[in-house]
Amino acid sequence: MIAIFKREMRAYFTTSTGYVFLAVALALSGIVFGASTLLMSSGDTGAYFSLMLFVLLIILPILTMRSFSEERRTKTEQLLLTAPITTTQMVLGKFLSALSMFLIALTLTCVNYIPLFAYAVDFKSSGHINAMAPNIALIVGNMIALILVGMSFIAIGLFVSSLTENQFASVVITIAILLGLLLIGIFNSFIESYAIRTILSWLSIYSRYTAFTYGIFDIGAIIYYLSISGVFLFLAVRVFEARKYN
Amino acid sequence: MVEIKHLVKRFGNHFAVDDISFTVGDGEVVGFLGPNGAGKSTTMNMITGYLSSTSGTVLIDGHDILEDTMQAKKLIGFLPEQPPLYIDMTVWEYLSFVFDLKDCKFNKKKHIEEVCSLVKILDVKNRLIRNLSKGYKQRVGIAGALIGNPKIVIFDEPTVGLDPKQIIDIRNLIRNLGKNHTVILSTHIMQEVQAVCDRIVVINNGKIIADEKTASFNNAVNQNTRYRVKIAGPQKEILKHVRSLVGIVSCEVHGEREGDAFSYDIESAQNIDIRKSLFRALADKGWPMLGMEPIGMELEDIFLKLINAPKGDKK
Repeated sequence: MIAIFKREMRAYFTTSTGYVFLAVALALSGIVFGASTLLMSSGDTGAYFSLMLFVLLIILPILTMRSFSEERRTKTEQLLLTAPITTTQMVLGKFLSALSMFLIALTLTCVNYIPLFAYAVDFKSSGHINAMAPNIALIVGNMIALILVGMSFIAIGLFVSSLTENQFASVVITIAILLGLLLIGIFNSFIESYAIRTILSWLSIYSRYTAFTYGIFDIGAIIYYLSISGVFLFLAVRVFEARKYN
Repeated sequence: MVEIKHLVKRFGNHFAVDDISFTVGDGEVVGFLGPNGAGKSTTMNMITGYLSSTSGTVLIDGHDILEDTMQAKKLIGFLPEQPPLYIDMTVWEYLSFVFDLKDCKFNKKKHIEEVCSLVKILDVKNRLIRNLSKGYKQRVGIAGALIGNPKIVIFDEPTVGLDPKQIIDIRNLIRNLGKNHTVILSTHIMQEVQAVCDRIVVINNGKIIADEKTASFNNAVNQNTRYRVKIAGPQKEILKHVRSLVGIVSCEVHGEREGDAFSYDIESAQNIDIRKSLFRALADKGWPMLGMEPIGMELEDIFLKLINAPKGDKK
């Protein structure tokens, strides 16, 4: 597992994938951050974190698209699948490396908060009350939520990548699935039936996430995101077992 | 020791491998010979645990590849048909990845260096695999299979796409490996198994049609009965005369012409060496023989021969 993790990390930084991912992540989060806080002259990061879901939707598939598809296309998966490691170890190695890349990106996006804090300090020293200062607890809570959502997105992306040897198909299908999962939450207010609405909002990645942007730290949501990740990683493992027994 | 018992692989309605059984003893070099699509790669993939079998078992030193996977896989080094190389890595990086992947306990640097010098890739160890020639890539693949010093090494078509010099190098390498390893290699080239292997298993349409020592296989195959002979002289009379000789089964014009000489494909009956009598017969008539070469048996001919041979003949 560690060997695969190390190789993946190395591959991210020797090919363009890692740099493209980090660049796009920084650019998009920067634009979204600027538009939702600084341009609105607001210190509230709620809108930023809501929009970050859509940023993840675009950037995380870039990260996961090649993981299994590329191995399958170039037949290198034969090395992994005949090596004395389990399929679970292989999938976990890939998952952890993608997650690490995501964490690196997320850490880098912390530069976004600097102007917000600087602005708040500026405001304070000029005699205003401290209304603009961002809430650190809220930011930390939301970052944790983003990490959880990112984990489930990566798991879904890896699962899709294990199904196809075409990277492009992998990225498109992943984005479609993620978009579907997000839209369930956004459009379910149009559904008449209360029962269906409840079920959909329970399933929805989005409605679970909004709680965090209001500053609510929901244990149920944490379990929900971890289960999504677990289920899709498990499915990815099953894909390899099923292919072996086709 | 590799024991293969009643192995079957079915894809839909097609039996890619149909109830094959054979055993490869320790230190043996076994060639798995068959035409394309005979089921060689499928069998190799099942032995190495890349594919599961529909039924039947593969035991690697007593460990079932599907039940006791980890123990079995640790004993195997595998070079698939297409070497599984990460082309964006250097040779050294790739081999140290394989080393980590197999969780080897040796001294890393020393072990990789040993393997590199064995397959003669030390001079390219810091180059990107992407930039290597096909022959070198193949060797890096072999090196990958040898990392961890597995007891059993399995090569699927190791010389395909290489030039003649590289083929000779790889064959020598495999022969050397046979001293310390159990080797199974697949190929569709008969000369390859004859040159390298102790034993030959011939597979066709998913079934084993011959399994014998290389020496006895050679005997069966080398009873050559066909020659291409270049004779100067009148074509019709030569044909007529040669056909009338004792022991000649057929004589046909091959079509290559050189002045007044033609090439003829001459086939004799089994167990008769017609070369001397043919020479004398032509000399008596004053038709000079300009050349004679045995026509090597094609794989298809061998299959026909093996399939048609009665059981007693094969042993």
